[in-house]
Amino acid sequence: MKIVAISGSIVGSKTRTAMDYTVQSITKQYPDHEVTLIDLADYDLQFSDGRNYLEYEGDTGYVTKTIMEADAILIGTPIFQASIPATLKNIFDLLPVNALRDKVVGMLATAGSPKHFLILENQLKPILGYMKAQIVQSYVFIEEEDFERKEIINHDVLFRIDRLVQDTVVLTETYQRMREEEAKYDF
Amino acid sequence: MEQHRIDPNNGLEFGLYTLGDHLPEPHTGERISAEQRIHEIIELAQLAEQAGIDFFSVGESHQDFFTTQAHSVVLAAIAQATEKIKISSSSTIISTLDPVRAYEDFATLDLISKGRAEMVAGRASRIGNFELLGYSLRDYEELFEEKFDLLLQINENEVVNWEGQFRAPLRNARVLPRPKNGSIPIWRAVGGNPSSARKAGAAGVPMYLAHLGGPATVFKRSIDTYRDALEKSGYDPNEFPVSTAGFFYTAETTQQAQREIYPHVNEGMKRTNGQGFPKQHFAQGADPRDVMNIGSPQEVIEKILYQHELFGHQRYIAQMDFGGVTFDKLKRNIETIATEVLPAIRKYTKKN
Repeated sequence: MKIVAISGSIVGSKTRTAMDYTVQSITKQYPDHEVTLIDLADYDLQFSDGRNYLEYEGDTGYVTKTIMEADAILIGTPIFQASIPATLKNIFDLLPVNALRDKVVGMLATAGSPKHFLILENQLKPILGYMKAQIVQSYVFIEEEDFERKEIINHDVLFRIDRLVQDTVVLTETYQRMREEEAKYDF
Repeated sequence: MEQHRIDPNNGLEFGLYTLGDHLPEPHTGERISAEQRIHEIIELAQLAEQAGIDFFSVGESHQDFFTTQAHSVVLAAIAQATEKIKISSSSTIISTLDPVRAYEDFATLDLISKGRAEMVAGRASRIGNFELLGYSLRDYEELFEEKFDLLLQINENEVVNWEGQFRAPLRNARVLPRPKNGSIPIWRAVGGNPSSARKAGAAGVPMYLAHLGGPATVFKRSIDTYRDALEKSGYDPNEFPVSTAGFFYTAETTQQAQREIYPHVNEGMKRTNGQGFPKQHFAQGADPRDVMNIGSPQEVIEKILYQHELFGHQRYIAQMDFGGVTFDKLKRNIETIATEVLPAIRKYTKKN
């Protein structure tokens, strides 16, 4: 199984901190699965110009192709102006229609205020649904006070991330078995 | 209909089209040479003619895994190798060509083929041509509209005065040679979006509608939109032909047909579009109401007749060579078309 973890912002450190732990958690719980962390801050990405994702070059091409090859994706995002950051929205815009079909997507948000809890529900899930992702319905919401100097200090958050990883892997395996069912079509 | 070289008394025309893709055979992973692929396309056109197929067309895609970039050259070879089958592009991406040069090619093709050439002009679904030929994707729509309009003017007038944004002006320009009968049928290629169908209708040009899969009724919307636009622009929809184009493949049973063709479609689309064809959608494609003509000869016949009843179209164009289908399988399909599909379609759609 190929898992891609995305840190969806080029600003700040909390989402990256949460995604670093997420990657650790995957590696520890599922050492056989291949995991790739894409921190958007590490890449020079262009805006979507409408071309097929295979035709982007450099960093943009690497990121689109890596995501398209994934079986499961864990998206970490901060909340900016009561929404997802433009950098993350650009990733979706770079990908084709139905890009997330046959992929399972889990979500984490880091936010400065608990009032932002429903933003993933109301803004990220509709995008993922439109792109045909199988969504892990429960997500991890992490607040400012859960961090201290680039570390997560709330053990409850770590536990919830571990469970998100499990839920994502179990759902991915389940959908893979569903596709094995398609073998019955015999073509 | 006559000026578009369609005789409704002959019933639904049956054609073949190739994108000119050059993909590995998915079972073996082996890919024939570009030379062999081009020769097989020419031979396929000859076999199509012998089978009584009405029409054969070749597409233009400028990127990896394609081999008929110079599609008018391939069509010239086909013109020389055949005698009566209609030949066309599908599509010529007029946006990134000079309409004068493209028209010179197709008028010449019409003379070589003694009046059998047609042209389908499209906007490109694969866009490798823009960068390669030095155009900006930002002008995608404007490039097509302007150049398509010029192309139509050249077709209708031997002497053209024209000015536009993307090409040097033409002053009393004579575009030669002229086609055998003064003009050739020029169709507008339309994909899934009805807005493009509306433009075809508004311009009063015949429409070539491409479809991959899905309920046939979805594509009926584009056809209705097209005819509605024709009427609103003062044209008589009964005078304008519609052709549809999509996947076709037959084998003894529908199951067998799906089994043989699915890996070609799936792997081919992965390479050329980056996403395969979902297995379940493909399985659902066997439904008689789905537009994908893949199945046993009897099921395919029923589907085409159902589509004809729904669309009232004049020509169906089958794509059966996508994704490295081997030549022996193509030959077998042509044989089935000749012995089973064509007789049935003509029996039910031919007038008198």
